[in-house]
Amino acid sequence: MEPVTKLVEGFMYPNEVELQWSILIVLYPYITGLVAGAFILASLERVFRVEAVKPTYRLALLTALAFLLVAPLPLQLHLGHPERSFEMFLTPHRSSAMAMFGFVYLWYLAAVLVMEIWLDFRKDIVLLSRTAPSAMRWIYKLLTLGSQNISERSLQIDDRVGYIVTVVGIPSAFLLHGYVGFIFGSVKANPWWSTPLMPIVFLFSAISSGISVVLLIYMAATRLRRQALDMRCLDTMGSYLFYLFVIDFTLEMVDLTHRIYEAGESFQSLDFMVHSRLYFSHIVVQIVLGTLVPLALLGSAQLWRMSEARRKSVYALSGLLIMTGIFAMRWNVVIGGQLFSKSFLGYTTYKLEFATREGLLAAILLMILPFIILWALVKLLPPWTTLAHEAAGGRDGGNT
Amino acid sequence: MTTRREAIKTAARLLVLTPAAVAYFERPTSADAPAESKYDMAKHWWAMSIDIEKCIGCGNCVRGCANENAVPRGYFRTWVERYQAPAYPDEDHPEVDSPDGAFNGFPEKKKDNAKSFFVPKLCNQCAHSPCVQVCPVGATFETPDGLVLVDQTYCLGCRYCVQACPYGCRYIHPEKQTVDKCTFCYHRISKGLVTACVEVCPTGARTLADLKDPKDPIHAFLRDNPVQVLKPHMATGAKVYYKSLDESVR
Repeated sequence: MEPVTKLVEGFMYPNEVELQWSILIVLYPYITGLVAGAFILASLERVFRVEAVKPTYRLALLTALAFLLVAPLPLQLHLGHPERSFEMFLTPHRSSAMAMFGFVYLWYLAAVLVMEIWLDFRKDIVLLSRTAPSAMRWIYKLLTLGSQNISERSLQIDDRVGYIVTVVGIPSAFLLHGYVGFIFGSVKANPWWSTPLMPIVFLFSAISSGISVVLLIYMAATRLRRQALDMRCLDTMGSYLFYLFVIDFTLEMVDLTHRIYEAGESFQSLDFMVHSRLYFSHIVVQIVLGTLVPLALLGSAQLWRMSEARRKSVYALSGLLIMTGIFAMRWNVVIGGQLFSKSFLGYTTYKLEFATREGLLAAILLMILPFIILWALVKLLPPWTTLAHEAAGGRDGGNT
Repeated sequence: MTTRREAIKTAARLLVLTPAAVAYFERPTSADAPAESKYDMAKHWWAMSIDIEKCIGCGNCVRGCANENAVPRGYFRTWVERYQAPAYPDEDHPEVDSPDGAFNGFPEKKKDNAKSFFVPKLCNQCAHSPCVQVCPVGATFETPDGLVLVDQTYCLGCRYCVQACPYGCRYIHPEKQTVDKCTFCYHRISKGLVTACVEVCPTGARTLADLKDPKDPIHAFLRDNPVQVLKPHMATGAKVYYKSLDESVR
């Protein structure tokens, strides 16, 4: 017991000394946020007809899928009894926000994302099933699900259904991530979490981080492919990122102002925590580096004329900073919410281990995994513009 | 000679009979049936009363509980806190300690002009438990006799309930990797005994109470004393009632 008590400052209930949710639970909202954000970006083009972001449309969908496939892994690794996790589907407890995760996740994965990707890539899959090398041809044949029909009429139907799926997908993406916010926001025992703003703040930060990740992947992939960046697309993403991030920041400031002004029972304790144990991750990384700096950068790109090269660096740097800042935000919510005692009389410490089941190494591997999956998905279903596609015309062709 | 058709028919009949056969072989026999319990859950509604003025911080309850329930060291189904209320107006919060959950009582500590007292704590067996609400599989549940229990064979170890408990009463059992907490010694009270902590308390600071029993002294206790529960603003329907609870206690 002795080494454990040294982590404590002031008084904590004895069972509180040990933190319950680790860095893996930080990854969970971070990754689902990237999924929701990437999907919202894709829907910008599809539903809201923002034509400029077309070059990232299919890439955004594949990015969302790659991250979505990884999203449940940190949860599984964290559970004391992962072998029982299936019980959540068989005997869900209806009053539990967490029990709904499986259903929201499955709905989003199967009914929205996979469906939309399949519809959107169907023509490519059919063409590839005829032209790809023999081993791959079988995979594509399997992916066609037996339909080789790519007539004008059938593609129109795909397009129509795909549109409907996206329209359904937008509230689903909001649900997927808003509900992750609700998991935290509905814990009345924890004043750092308990606020009705939590799902909305989570949602807007998710959109910001999702746009950032697609923007960075798009820039990196274009460079790797030695192609020219579509600056109109990049500028549009930059301005959307700016406006959405302004909303995100405003919401967080509303929450902060409200807390400071109300100065409720927990305020002193939380205020002390932000100025001590959370100072670096909250003030320095989340607010200054992760929010104010990228807002200033993106804002300046809106206000002043800049050369193409400079705009590229502004967007890349802002994207990186926003992703870091939003990771810090998740960290501050999940870890920060467990550093103070519910007696408001003391603080504990989170000791991040390295090569353990819930350590830093596992977290790093889990963050690399979606990029490997994305690489495989991009190989399987190339999302890039090709001359053949453009020549083929139609929505599907023009879209890619 | 058996034709193929007959063989299939016989096999089909056997197949249909399989569940019946299983039921037959697994039927409870008088030898292994548990003795019928006389305990009627519907007739009880358990609670506890704690008299702060009587607690001397000896830690007997903490040790008694740990022995009775094999509580792993470093984790607590019950513990005792020592409060030294703030000396107004210089300090704005009390000094609180609970070394090793008071497993070995408290070392002497003097604070001039301070109001000192001990606060025993345990699961409040809430009637509207936030922990039960959040459990994704219903492994934590409320019993008809007013207790909150955990099905250890069903708990995922997701720890959401630990986060949801405002009182810090839950922990993850380091070996079982499932959540654990005070059960009001259900194995004892359902046999007509009192909880281990009540049993070993030398001053009678804790009393097990049955709110459905009209003759239980709890009714007089609640009527005649200023009584409070912990964190009433959480609206958890806590059923551990404290007499003489100071406002500084959290």
